[in-house]
Amino acid sequence: MDTTTSYLGLTLRHPLVASAGPLSQSVDQVKALADTGLGAVVLYSLFAEQVQRQAERDLALEEDYAESFAEATSYFPSMDELANPAAGYLSLIERSAKAVDVPVIASLNASALGSWTSFAQQLVDAGASALECNIYLVPGDLSMTGAEVEAQHLEIVAAVKQAVDVPVAVKLSPYFSSPGNFALQVIEAGADGLVLFNRFLQPGVDVEQLAVVSGVHLSSPADARVPRTWIAALRRQTKASLAASSGVESSADAIAHLLAGADVVMTTSALVRHGAGYAAKLIAGMDDWAQSKGYTSVDEFRGLLAVPSDADPLGYHRSGYMAALEKAKSMYGSLRH
Amino acid sequence: MARVIIDGNEAAASASYRLNELCSIYPITPSSTMAELADEWSARGRKNVYGSIPTVIEMQSEGGAAGALHGALQGGALSTTFTASQGLLLMIPNMYKIAGELTSMVLNVAARSLAAQGLSIYGDHQDVMAVRQTGFAMLNSSSVQEAHDMAAIAQLATLRSRVPFVHFFDGFRTSHEENSCELLTDEQLLAFVPEDLVRAHRRRALSPEHPYIRGTAQNPDTYFQGREAANPFYEAVPGIVSAAMDQFAALAGRHYNLVDYYGAPDAERVIVIMGSGAHTVRSTVEHLVGKGEKVGVVQIRLYRPFPTEEVLAAIPATAKAVAVLDRTKEPGAGGEPLFLDLAAALGEAHAAGRRDHLPHLSGGRYGLSSKEFTPAMVVGIYDELALPSPRPRFTIGINDDVTMLSLPYDPSIDLEDPSTLRAVFYGLGSDGTVGANKNSVKILGGIEGTYAQGYYVYDSKKSGSRTVSHLRFGPKPIEAPYLVSQAGFIGCHHWSILERVDVLEFAAPGTVLLINAPFGPDEVFAQLPVPMQAKIIALGIELWTIDANLVARKAGMGRRTNTVLQTCFFAISKVMPRAEAIEAVKATIRKTYARKGADVVAKNEAAVDASVDSLFRVEVPAAPVGEHQMIPPVPSSAPEFVRNVTGSMLAGTGDSLPVSALPVDGTYPSGTTRYEKRNISDVIAQWDPEACIQCGNCAFVCPHAVLRAKYYNSSALDGAPEGFESAPLNAAGFPGSRYTLQVYAEDCTGCGLCTEACPVKPLGATSNRRAINLAPVLERDKEIANVAFFEKIPVNRRSRIDFANVRGTQFLEPLFEFSGACSGCGETPYLKLLTQLFGGRATVANATGCSSIYGGNLPTTPWSSNKYGRGPAWSNSLFEDNAEFGLGLRLAADLHTATARKRLEELRDELGDETVDAILDAPQQYESELSQQRARVDALKSRLDGMTGAKVEDLRSVADHLLRRSVWIVGGDGWAYDIGSAGVDHVLASGRNVNILVLDTEVYSNTGGQASKSTPLGAVAKFAAGGKVTTKKDMALQATAYGNVYVARVAMGADPQQTLKAFREAEAYDGPSLILAYSHCIAHGIDMRKGLDQQYAAVASGHWPLMRYNPVLRAAGRNPFLLDSPRPRLPLRDYHAKELRFRMLMNSDPEAAERLLELGQEQVTRRWAEYEEMATRGAERFAEVARS
Repeated sequence: MDTTTSYLGLTLRHPLVASAGPLSQSVDQVKALADTGLGAVVLYSLFAEQVQRQAERDLALEEDYAESFAEATSYFPSMDELANPAAGYLSLIERSAKAVDVPVIASLNASALGSWTSFAQQLVDAGASALECNIYLVPGDLSMTGAEVEAQHLEIVAAVKQAVDVPVAVKLSPYFSSPGNFALQVIEAGADGLVLFNRFLQPGVDVEQLAVVSGVHLSSPADARVPRTWIAALRRQTKASLAASSGVESSADAIAHLLAGADVVMTTSALVRHGAGYAAKLIAGMDDWAQSKGYTSVDEFRGLLAVPSDADPLGYHRSGYMAALEKAKSMYGSLRH
Repeated sequence: MARVIIDGNEAAASASYRLNELCSIYPITPSSTMAELADEWSARGRKNVYGSIPTVIEMQSEGGAAGALHGALQGGALSTTFTASQGLLLMIPNMYKIAGELTSMVLNVAARSLAAQGLSIYGDHQDVMAVRQTGFAMLNSSSVQEAHDMAAIAQLATLRSRVPFVHFFDGFRTSHEENSCELLTDEQLLAFVPEDLVRAHRRRALSPEHPYIRGTAQNPDTYFQGREAANPFYEAVPGIVSAAMDQFAALAGRHYNLVDYYGAPDAERVIVIMGSGAHTVRSTVEHLVGKGEKVGVVQIRLYRPFPTEEVLAAIPATAKAVAVLDRTKEPGAGGEPLFLDLAAALGEAHAAGRRDHLPHLSGGRYGLSSKEFTPAMVVGIYDELALPSPRPRFTIGINDDVTMLSLPYDPSIDLEDPSTLRAVFYGLGSDGTVGANKNSVKILGGIEGTYAQGYYVYDSKKSGSRTVSHLRFGPKPIEAPYLVSQAGFIGCHHWSILERVDVLEFAAPGTVLLINAPFGPDEVFAQLPVPMQAKIIALGIELWTIDANLVARKAGMGRRTNTVLQTCFFAISKVMPRAEAIEAVKATIRKTYARKGADVVAKNEAAVDASVDSLFRVEVPAAPVGEHQMIPPVPSSAPEFVRNVTGSMLAGTGDSLPVSALPVDGTYPSGTTRYEKRNISDVIAQWDPEACIQCGNCAFVCPHAVLRAKYYNSSALDGAPEGFESAPLNAAGFPGSRYTLQVYAEDCTGCGLCTEACPVKPLGATSNRRAINLAPVLERDKEIANVAFFEKIPVNRRSRIDFANVRGTQFLEPLFEFSGACSGCGETPYLKLLTQLFGGRATVANATGCSSIYGGNLPTTPWSSNKYGRGPAWSNSLFEDNAEFGLGLRLAADLHTATARKRLEELRDELGDETVDAILDAPQQYESELSQQRARVDALKSRLDGMTGAKVEDLRSVADHLLRRSVWIVGGDGWAYDIGSAGVDHVLASGRNVNILVLDTEVYSNTGGQASKSTPLGAVAKFAAGGKVTTKKDMALQATAYGNVYVARVAMGADPQQTLKAFREAEAYDGPSLILAYSHCIAHGIDMRKGLDQQYAAVASGHWPLMRYNPVLRAAGRNPFLLDSPRPRLPLRDYHAKELRFRMLMNSDPEAAERLLELGQEQVTRRWAEYEEMATRGAERFAEVARS
């Protein structure tokens, strides 16, 4: 079967892609992912501000004790001009790109506009085939309006696009008043593709320790519904690439995303749960399914269940909503009595 | 040719590195920087002028460096090294060989004092004078520029003459002075030292292609002649050097001579000198000649071979009196070396009729250990020479009231060029003052037509240290190798300094004074000490103030006030137009911090703008106001010596102490840190008696011994000051007893290790709160009263304390307290524990390094004594010989014990069987046994007091040795793994009862973070700038191979109980013991507050597996190898991620970092498996101990 897929203008051998996550921290890990047959590897996100803060702390660690004592006016060699606080990440891109034969996509998260562009350039210089902008503005700033959040996103996208000459994908959060419309605005601003969606790291509460604990958790198939719905809605409205992220536990979950209209399907949680090698199983499962259905290429079934471009969006969604309510009533209604 | 601002070390290294192929190095102050630069340049791939990247190899000692150098030279490589002081002494044997074999090389020396009555890191010529007999030629530099030029001239001369050279310049004064320097380009250097000379050097190498033998053993028949055979080469040296100097002048435009004369052609009074002091004399001569005085100075550049003819030619025939100045001391000699050389030259010339007139000759010593040598002193010397009979021997710069050798002089004489702006800055090490000043010097010195000089004085503390920066700027080259004496600008960057030292010592009428004060412009004057106010008024000082801490904090820069205060200096010093100056500061910020990211740059730039807005000129009233006085350096209750001598050193007036004030043999009272209340932290530990479970963990880890616990009957609280904290003692069987954990507020450095060690998290408290927390110091007076009351409560009796657990140790009195070690030091808690457990009967041999500096650097020292006057006796011999030194102490103690036992037997009839047997047969392993023995020995001594006779006298002199003495050999990894390694090995092999404690920071901490054989794989350190590529030596495993050595690897932060156990077992073991103690360090690049966490991570990752090897167990038929930490459960990556030393490599060479990390992880896993196997072996697979 022909699994060739076009994503952000890149030609991928398969629509299943490793999304940004903890499994791409070393070249060996990236190789292990690529060896499964995945179409591309998105590296873990480089958090620009974190890198800068670390650089600042490192500077303090060097300076705090320097020039204090006659025998030792410093405690470290001054190799400054060679040092780059992001060097580890850049080297990972460079070495990964050489080590694997699938595109290596760098993922960047920053807040200040200047950081976005300067880091984006460095990532591209290091050899990233494309860039994924993981725009994640810290929620909790109650003074910021929705319009401001949106404007900031668009500004970043435009600036990054201008700064680099490789395709740029934008990973969005689902929490916009009108995610679909805003997604189109992002594309308008220059994005070559969208990754839907990133997930807020939702903190939890440890009632024993009376403490807030960090909320990193793996996604489950239920998390796939929101992105899938929006991909289905957007598919026929744009030529830009669409990547579905979240909730891929089985090959069926991945196929569902493709049916909704995703160009590629991204997964990390399943691979974290089952190991990188699990990607090969997902791929085999997807291929088996396609063959069992008689498809000879992915393109034949991609977007089959997308919202038709001429559908009345309100009506379409409304009818889906009504159907869902009806189903809920029939499933749970009897329990009330 | 590029004009740059650099220090003398860099100037010399820049030429030397580019003209050599190999640098064989070892760190020693003040020369380390040269070696560090060579290593950095090599790591970055910088080439020499011949197109190759020099190999830089760190050796285990200077002796090793010289050996490798000798080999490399015999192998035909252009080779050099950089050293000083004791390091140079260790090279002497090889120097004779290298010279004897006529081998070309230049040895660069930042000349430094030698350890005699005390060690000193500062500059003089004692070290180089100790090698004048080796056969090396000796060329000296007197300035930063010359350090560069002479390094090149020496290189050419050595290759032409085949005679090796020592190129030396004054440690600190030149090595650390920043000044303008024109660097020779690679092309110039290559033209100056062409490749044919290199090839000639290579041709002389040993080679099996054309073999010959060198290094033979010779006999009476020919040795002598062979020694004389090289004479023509030495005779040729002056001519070769002179020619090289001429050639250099043609190349670079700077002309030097073997001997230079400056002054009146018909001078009657002449000074002969070499080194940086020559500039001081030259500028003074210029001034005096301008006034019509007939004075002159002979500056000697080539000292060996001694250029007799040139020297004679330089001294005007009119000279009536000549003073020869030596920056060295040779006790018992007829005179110092340069003086004797001059005397011989003049005497011979006169006797041979080649010189009509023989001037009066005086030999003077000056400038030992960087003692100031100023124009005022030079005037004093010329005044002496004008007397009818000048003193034949003298000293200058001190007050010798014992042998009356010192010359008087008028210190108020100031001959500096008024066009030079002079500035002095007082700062604390941590505030970045020196760094900012170095920037200022670079900014101003970088301007066309402006010259700049910076010199920095540091005190001896590693935490809360005071720095004084001396800066000069002006339109003429600055040749003033002495401190500023009258400053146009004074900056006092920390309020606490002006309360303690006279920051107006260098003030002149109209000086601009900037103070960083936590007070507003209207309030600040009244807050100043009254004597300072008076001086401000009297001198008409222009006073400015800023709350730089506030500005820095607001700008997000924490405690770093450097940018703020630097801006203020530029804004008000008039050193350059204000707007231009501020733009220059910003430009430097952008350049310095560009790599650190836009945020850092933005913060600093914002701080610059905020500074100008927060700077105020203060209205100075006509008369002093308020009643603030200076804080005395030590309390009036301190002993007389501490008040008069130590106090003077603390107040910064130690230079004025007369010779009579000082001990004749370097013996000082111990335990003087207790008198120096430094108050260096604004936040200190605060005990929460309600939450505290009295576990003792905090007191155990406190590096500064500022947490003291006592339990006592509640009646002891009578008269307690209000606010004195206590809690019911948390122990069964002590009803009515109270417990107090007292914070010594004035001594606490606010390091926070106590908080981190505290296991208590009070219910409902915010997440970081513990039973001991850091809090701002609110009422110092109350804290002082609490400590005073606490000290009146008796220390708990040792016999009633359970030593076996950490909880018990908190009640043992520490006899190592309040050291000047870094805040949060990882070493000192181990030393404190040592003194708590064994201090009253311990002798400590301490290797040179951090522990000898915070342990023994004047003014105040932390090793103290208890109320009986007993405490650890401490001494430092050298760096390399500490194990042997400690063994010597053990052997002496054993000898005395044997003598005491013998005499006791001999006096059996008089003393009675019971007394004698009780003492001789007493077991002395446990504390209870030891305290009983101490009582017996005390009783014996009382009885001996009533007896007479030679044997009685003899027994009395050694009776103390009947109590088992605890001998500790302490030092860092630089000593134990490297320079002292052979000694440590030998002492462990001796089977003698010594305890070796290695405070393992995995790096040379004291000299600034150079790699040792303990440095882990992948760590970046100086001399391993590209990351260490070899693994850390496993000393524990090496030592266990002996079978009869007790070995422990401990990490207090991971398992304090295991640490305690190991210390007690090691001490109790009747044989050699080795404890390797993980010591977190500022050189790891960690938040020191998290030091204990990093210790834990080191253990949890398997980097530092806790273990003990106890030969006693083997003797009992058990496996002696005990693995004390659980299987590694933390990836090495996670441990590394928290330390800058590992992160640095990731930032500069991530590929190498990854590779080394992988190798490191493999190595950790492999070693663990090996340890596990050992720990589960049968006892029979370990060697049995021969003696039990």
